[in-house]
Amino acid sequence: MDLVIARPEGLYCTAGDFYIDPWRPVPRSVITHGHGDHARVGNGHYLATDIGAGILRSRLGADINLQTLAYGEKLVHNGVTLSLHPAGHVLGSAQVRLEYQGEVWVASGDYKVEPDGTCEPFEPVRCHTFITESTFGLPIYRWQPQAEIFEEVNQWWRENAAAGKASVLFCYAFGKAQRLLHGIDASIGPILTHGSVEPLNRVYREAGVHIPATHYAGDFKKTDEALRSALIVAPPSAGGSTWMRRFGDYSDAFASGWMRLRGTRRRRGVDRGFVLSDHADWPGLLWAIEQTGAQRVMVTHGSVNVLVRYLRDQGLDAQGFTTEYGDEDEAATEPQPE
Amino acid sequence: MKAFAALYAELDATTSSNAKLAALQAYFADAAAEDAAWAVYFLSGGRPRQLVPTRLLRELAIALSGLPEWLFEESYQAVGDLAETVSLVLPDSSHSSEAGLAWWMEHELLPLRGLPPEELTQRLPPLWQQLDRQSLMVCLKLITGSFRVGVSKLLVTRALAQLAGLDSKRVAQRLVGYTDLSHRPTAEGYLKLIAAESDDEHAQRGGQPYPFFLAHALQQPVEQFDTLLGPCDQWQVEWKWDGIRAQIVKRDGHLWVWSRGEELVTDRFPEFQALTCLPDGTVIDGEIVVWKASEGTEDEPPSVQPFALLQQRIGRKTLSRKLLDDIPVALLAYDLLEYEGKDWRSQPQQVRRDMLEQVAARAASPVLHLSPMLHGESWADLARQREASRRLGVEGMMLKARDALYGVGRTKDMGVWWKWKVDPFTVDAVLIYAQAGHGRRASLYTDYTFAVWDGPPGTERTLVPFAKAYSGLTDAEMRQVDAIIRRTTVEKFGPVRSVTPTLVFELGFEGIALSKRHKSGIAVRFPRMLRWRHDKPVEEADSLATLQDLLS
Repeated sequence: MDLVIARPEGLYCTAGDFYIDPWRPVPRSVITHGHGDHARVGNGHYLATDIGAGILRSRLGADINLQTLAYGEKLVHNGVTLSLHPAGHVLGSAQVRLEYQGEVWVASGDYKVEPDGTCEPFEPVRCHTFITESTFGLPIYRWQPQAEIFEEVNQWWRENAAAGKASVLFCYAFGKAQRLLHGIDASIGPILTHGSVEPLNRVYREAGVHIPATHYAGDFKKTDEALRSALIVAPPSAGGSTWMRRFGDYSDAFASGWMRLRGTRRRRGVDRGFVLSDHADWPGLLWAIEQTGAQRVMVTHGSVNVLVRYLRDQGLDAQGFTTEYGDEDEAATEPQPE
Repeated sequence: MKAFAALYAELDATTSSNAKLAALQAYFADAAAEDAAWAVYFLSGGRPRQLVPTRLLRELAIALSGLPEWLFEESYQAVGDLAETVSLVLPDSSHSSEAGLAWWMEHELLPLRGLPPEELTQRLPPLWQQLDRQSLMVCLKLITGSFRVGVSKLLVTRALAQLAGLDSKRVAQRLVGYTDLSHRPTAEGYLKLIAAESDDEHAQRGGQPYPFFLAHALQQPVEQFDTLLGPCDQWQVEWKWDGIRAQIVKRDGHLWVWSRGEELVTDRFPEFQALTCLPDGTVIDGEIVVWKASEGTEDEPPSVQPFALLQQRIGRKTLSRKLLDDIPVALLAYDLLEYEGKDWRSQPQQVRRDMLEQVAARAASPVLHLSPMLHGESWADLARQREASRRLGVEGMMLKARDALYGVGRTKDMGVWWKWKVDPFTVDAVLIYAQAGHGRRASLYTDYTFAVWDGPPGTERTLVPFAKAYSGLTDAEMRQVDAIIRRTTVEKFGPVRSVTPTLVFELGFEGIALSKRHKSGIAVRFPRMLRWRHDKPVEEADSLATLQDLLS
């Protein structure tokens, strides 16, 4: 019997009788991170990292039955030794290590291998079986070092500011927004944020992550001179809304790994696409898998078929796990919450 | 190459015409003349013949990237463009060539054509290593002949005109034929494009045609025509022919035939050499149609044959005697752009028409006919006459203001031509196969195959494919359909998916003909989706019988 299997409710630990990131309500759950497709309401009991606790409570409700662990701290449940290890995806994100009768499984959740200064860097964990995501599981996805991307963003912002135009940067409110704010040159102009971004900035600041001073965009009038040189960080859902009108003649951009392709960039209809992802790129996925030393790899959401076939060609025992994080190539059509 | 690649990135990133214009002007202001010459060529649609066989490019990319072939194919399916895919999988380069576009084209890329595979395999990798990723992608697009960016020729013309302080119609005239395959961009040629106007310019044109004047679609109901257009006797009305728009240029004892794409097609239509009898300095605008002598009845237009026949001739490289006998062509003339060596485009429509009639009468050639003028007592009367369009094999009517000058491209400042087309044929069809699109539709299932039933409801029947269509949906609808296709996929054959039939669309198309090449026995022209029939279950979609009725 495998230690983890795919059930209609989610990934299920058989010996431990609990689920990892279930998409239907279950009695006991382990949550890798706070993004909506991994952390859902209605579970009887939640286990997550202590660092991620604040975000989980703010998203799922203050009254959830939540137990927390520090990274590396061990817990034994029904004979299964469980511990959480940094996944480098967003603040508090974790891989789940499960050990039962000498066999070790690790479920990655979502992960990125390049350290970014806003969360604990990805830590490879040796195991027999590794459950990996595959969001960007095609060799066309290779990220440039993030410093180069931040410089591109700075350059774009500087040019807009010089031309008296606001710079609207669309990105996901949790994780990507803070990573960008942490990485850019805050001296270029004022930074404004959308109402959905600011609460998360607060959580990051409280966790000791440097996030430059930000202002609530809603406080600014259209005539305010500050807008002409401002960077506005907003979720993609704000695009095209009346909320945007206050920025007058602005330049807009979208930060996501999907921006690597000309087609997806053009479909977004923004002036600029910055290739910045909180997921591992193709070399990152292969490196992480290799580092675990696992002989068996279970592939979830993303390019499942491609990665499974590639790993099998490399002599690994690989197979796909059906999850509700997205169909195998649906991921490519629309930017997923990262 | 770097500057041109940067221009490409800038043009590609914005949808604003003003931003594009600014980017073009900035580029041309800085670029060396020989580089600008090539940039104008590519930006206004010029495409040299493919320089390297696609198969070799694939093989080389696979070898250099170290990817298995299937993984390269998966990547290509996700990207939807070969040049871009190759640029994304090749190893990173730390070099960034400073050499210009012209140097790259003339010294590196054009010489590749026709080289044996072994030599290409030797030469290409070191070339690619000199380019940063953006330049590499542009370079690969130039190699594959797939270079396209959202810039119209009109915009390039405007950028050059503003840079040179010229009227943009003048630049448009000079640009005619610039992208023809026989033309090689040079610094000298570019400098002529932007040179100050000279007196003998008109005389030095050789066989060059004029920029075509294009019509706008008229979609309002006929009841509004009096308000919109005024009385109908102010308009010259003709059938809208379904052929190939062309200009016949006769100068210096020679005759040239140009298609609307400003492609020189003289050799494809040897019949027109009979028109060398036209006086020097004559340019006629009209439609090439297949023409057969047969007794027509009174309200029958001249013996114009269906476009499907013309299509059989277009693709042929060599024209056999038999083909010329079976499918003879003629020009239906409707405008006179040059007469006695003078530019007549600033004469009113009516004056040009009168002179055209005289020219045609004098030529008295079996390959030159006038496009007849139609007369009606009112717009309503013309609308009634227009109902014969389908039967006559025309697309509707053309309305040309009698006092209109002949403009450049799809403009309205010199006068207006309206195309008043008949409604398309329509049929409700079922989506049965889907394939991912290209470019901005990459990774989205946007190219569909549609089928109709081969029998009436209640019988045992199957769906027969008859048309492919990929246009007509909004972006939002496209995403919805894409999601349904993924959910209802039955099988995958390479890039194609078959789906459980659940989606019905109203398809529109312009023409319908019998075809041996299609399973359904029917071929339709320019099929597109008019609307998504959410209200229609698959069982209620149309059948082959509906299509067959349209044939008669």
